[in-house]
This record gives sequence, C-alpha cells and structure tokens, in this order.
Amino acid sequence: MTHIEVSGHGWLTLLYKELLRFWKVSFQTIAAPVLTALLYLVIFSHALEAHVAVFDGRVRYTAFLVPGLVMMSVLQNAFANSSSSLIQSKITGNLIFVLLPPLSPLEIFGAYVLGAMVRGLIVGLGVFVVTLWFLPDLHAIAHPLYAIAFALLGSALLGVLGLIAGIWADKFDQLAAFQNFIIVPLTFLSGVFYSIQTLPPFWQVVSHFNPFFYMIDGFRYGFFGLSDAPPAWSLAIVAAAACGLTLVALGLLSRGWKLRH
Amino acid sequence: MPAAVEVVDIARHFGSVQALSGVDLEVAEGEFFGLLGPNGAGKTTLISILAGLTRSDRGFARILGHDVVTDYRAARRALGVVPQELVFDPFFSVRETLSIQSGYFGLRNNDAWIDEILHHLDLTGKADANMRSLSGGMKRRVLVGQALVHKPPVIVLDEPTAGVDVELRQSLWAFIRKLNRDGHTIILTTHYLEEAEALCTRIAMLKAGRVVALDTTQNLLSRFQGLTVRIAVSRLPPSWQARVLREDSGMFYLGLDTYGELETLLAALRAENIAIRELALAETDLEQVFLRIMAGEDTPAIPPPSLEVPEA
Repeated sequence: MTHIEVSGHGWLTLLYKELLRFWKVSFQTIAAPVLTALLYLVIFSHALEAHVAVFDGRVRYTAFLVPGLVMMSVLQNAFANSSSSLIQSKITGNLIFVLLPPLSPLEIFGAYVLGAMVRGLIVGLGVFVVTLWFLPDLHAIAHPLYAIAFALLGSALLGVLGLIAGIWADKFDQLAAFQNFIIVPLTFLSGVFYSIQTLPPFWQVVSHFNPFFYMIDGFRYGFFGLSDAPPAWSLAIVAAAACGLTLVALGLLSRGWKLRH
Repeated sequence: MPAAVEVVDIARHFGSVQALSGVDLEVAEGEFFGLLGPNGAGKTTLISILAGLTRSDRGFARILGHDVVTDYRAARRALGVVPQELVFDPFFSVRETLSIQSGYFGLRNNDAWIDEILHHLDLTGKADANMRSLSGGMKRRVLVGQALVHKPPVIVLDEPTAGVDVELRQSLWAFIRKLNRDGHTIILTTHYLEEAEALCTRIAMLKAGRVVALDTTQNLLSRFQGLTVRIAVSRLPPSWQARVLREDSGMFYLGLDTYGELETLLAALRAENIAIRELALAETDLEQVFLRIMAGEDTPAIPPPSLEVPEA
C-alpha cells in the first residue's frame, strides 16, 4: 500500500471539506453578507448620525455601529455555516459520507465548529475592511486582544449553536424558523444599533439576559475601551455559554441523536 | 481468526414495526455472501447496524472481531459500504469526492489507488466533472468508489446495480469479483436473484426481520427439485389456490413437484373452461427457491450459522 494513514487527518479533511464548501460559493457566503452589513452602515449612519449620541457623545454613531456590524456578521455567518452545511447533508443524504468513516463525535464537532468560525471571521474581517473607510478617526484599537477573544468565542458559540440547530432540524423551514425567530431577534436586540444605556430601565435589565448583548458589547469594548457591561464579566458569560452549548452538542453527537437512528 | 462479519441476536424496532427480531449470522473472510429478502425484510436495517448508522435494541455485531459500537473506529476502518440511496455532494467533482472520502479515513497520498478505482469503474474521463453533471449510473459508480477508497477488507453492497444499465452491471461485477479474488469479503443485497445466484457462494434470506434460510447457494438450489409454472389466467380452480407462490397482476406462479402435475393442472383448467393467455415453465433457480421460501412453503429448522464455506 502506498497511502499513509495519519491520525488526525480524518477530521482535518472534514474541516477542509467544510471550508471548501463555502469557499466554492463565496459570492453568496462571503460577498453577500459583507454587502448587507455595508448597506446597514450606510443607511443607519446616514439616517441617525446626527440624532443619536452614544457613550455620552465620546464615540460617533457611525464608529459605534462598525464593531457591532462586524460582530453581528461574524455571529450570523458562523451560525449559517454549520447549520446549513448539516441540514443540506441531512436532507440530500450525503451526511452518510461523514457517518461511515471512523470519525469520533469530538472530531465531527471540531471540524464543523472550526469551519463555522473561519467563515464567520472571514466575513467579519471583510465587513471591517470595507467599513474602515467610514472610520477616518479610528487610529488605534483600544484592546485588540479583547476584540480577538470576543470574535473567537462568539464565532465558536454560534458555530456550536448552528451545529445543534442543524442536528435538530429535519427540514429547511425548521432551520429558517430557528434563524428568524431566535438568532435574528437576539442579534438585533443585542445593541448592534444602539447602546442599551439609551433604553428604559426595564429593557436594560432584559438585555442583560441576552447572551448576544455580551458578545457585541465586549467586542465593542475591544475597539473603544468603552462598554455597557464590564468586559471581563462579558467574556466570562460568553465563555460559559460556549462551554455549556459545547457539552450539549457533544452529548447529542455521542448519542447520535437524529443522526444515527 | 475472527469472522469477517459476526451478527449475534440483533434486534431492532422502529415504533411498532419490528424491523429485525433476533438475527444471527456469520460471514467468513473471503466469502461472497448474499443477503436476500423482499422489501421491508430488514436487509438495509441490518447493514445500517453493521455500518454504525443505526443502533440495535439488543445483540451485537462485529467486523473482523471489532464491535461496531464499542470499537467503532476499527470496525468502520474494516468496512466499506455502498448505500442504496443515490446520494452525492453537489459541491465536488468525482476526484474531490473520492479524495475527501479517503481523507475521512485518515489516508493521505492515496492518489494511486484512487486512480485505479477510477479506472476500474470507468470514471477516468469524468474525474474532474462535477457530481451534479453525472448520470444516475455514474453516480452509483462513484458511490462504489467511495466505499473502496480505504481498501476495506469487508465490502457491503446494498442493491448496487439498481437502475444501472446492463453493460455497467457486467463491468461492476467483474471488478467486485476481482476484489473478492484478492481476498475482500463481499456482502451483497440485490433484487436481481440471478445476480446472487451467479455471484454468491452462500446466501441468507430474510423475511420480516428473521433469517428464514441460510445455506450455500448450491444447497438452496438443490433443496427444491420441482419446477415453477408461470401462467396468465382469469382465475384458478379452487384446488390449485394453495399452490400459488406469488400473484402479480393476473400472472400466477405455481410450484409443481413433477412434470406430470402439469397435465393435472391443464386438465383442471380445461374442466372449468378457463382460457390460458400465457404459460411458461422454469427450472429451479434462485428465484423459484426465493419465492417458495417467502411463501412459507419451506419451513425447515433454520440451520445454525455455519462457517463451512465450499471451495469457490
């Protein structure tokens, strides 16, 4: 035999397949979400720049909007990648190609989540690059390590959530419902477009139960050094949520729930 | 030496349907083994349990001594499965599909073997074509290729020639036979009984989740000395109703013990003024055996799984 068996190569191949999958349709998976974010920025900044003050006027509204949109794109695309890859494979039946080889639940988890993170981060970077033009006064990022940590953890969390949603959903419309009724409202109500300090007290409290708030707020702290919640606290909450969802996803994969009948 | 496949007391239900109720089987290394049965007999469920796609309610299964649940990595490495459904990933070309599948098994630098698979399956010219552009028969060939990328010692083919044209069927079987000669154990389910008769050295017949026959192909064929008559009539005389093996839109399949009985049948039809639209006689082949066993005519005690394989 000429071939060489390499341990770890199995899940790396699955990761490679996940990357190749979205890369082959990158117009739809990368360019389209970048354009969407750009449209949000242009429209909201044009309409609201003169009317909304954030962080007591220490940050321009347009500048405030950029990290929110970057993080929103990271989160939504990480979720979209793992969930749509899984549901497509389930519905077309080609998930069998992944289920027949000797891949462990942890390996399948790792490949799908990392693939989702890469897609989310690429789109986030794309949004950041095209919106830089709107930030002529951004000379330095206040806490880059915080920004990177939130981007990594946030994309991982949504990648895991997408994996769980993809395992759970039997049909495309179930997945769309998950996306439209859970992911989209939680992102839009997380403070992407406003600082929660401008909300009435009741809604400020409610916002603190939204995990997306901590991801957006913490990521923004990385940019400006200003935030609505203490950044270390936000990081701890996001990390805890990611760990919890990871345990759930690994449990489902180990049981073969909805995958190995 | 462990058996290629060992199935012990495997049972599985789906809701109120008992798909498998206590199946025992043993397939020796190097065998060309047939798994036959009507739709819903449990063939695909059994294969899915071997492949780790489905879990059993009780019992266990091993591939070359590796339990398919507790030692799934070794078991899956030893097993190649050609699924019944014509599935493919529309994002990739034929070569990408095979090389990705090979990677899932942890294999690198497998191009020489992939080229050989492409050649034997007559896919070399389509190597860089997208999976979407292939005909059904070609997609089926790629599925066979995917099952072989890791050179599994045990190969399971679930209805591999369904919807495949005759020419390809011949070349596919030539390739599978070669693999069998090279030492691979083959397990085949098929609807084409003449295929099973020509290829398999031993056969298990499943019916409603149970093994109802398990023997060498030769022994199964010699179990029935009679012949089968296929006859198209509007109805049958009452005395012949019990002899019907199968009825298919006005076509009756009747089991006869001797040629002499044919005379009796014709006389009975003439006496009742029943016109014969069509009539054909068939010597015992696997299809007749299959029909008789499925009709419950033959209910001997099921012989215990045997590892004695006749010289092929």
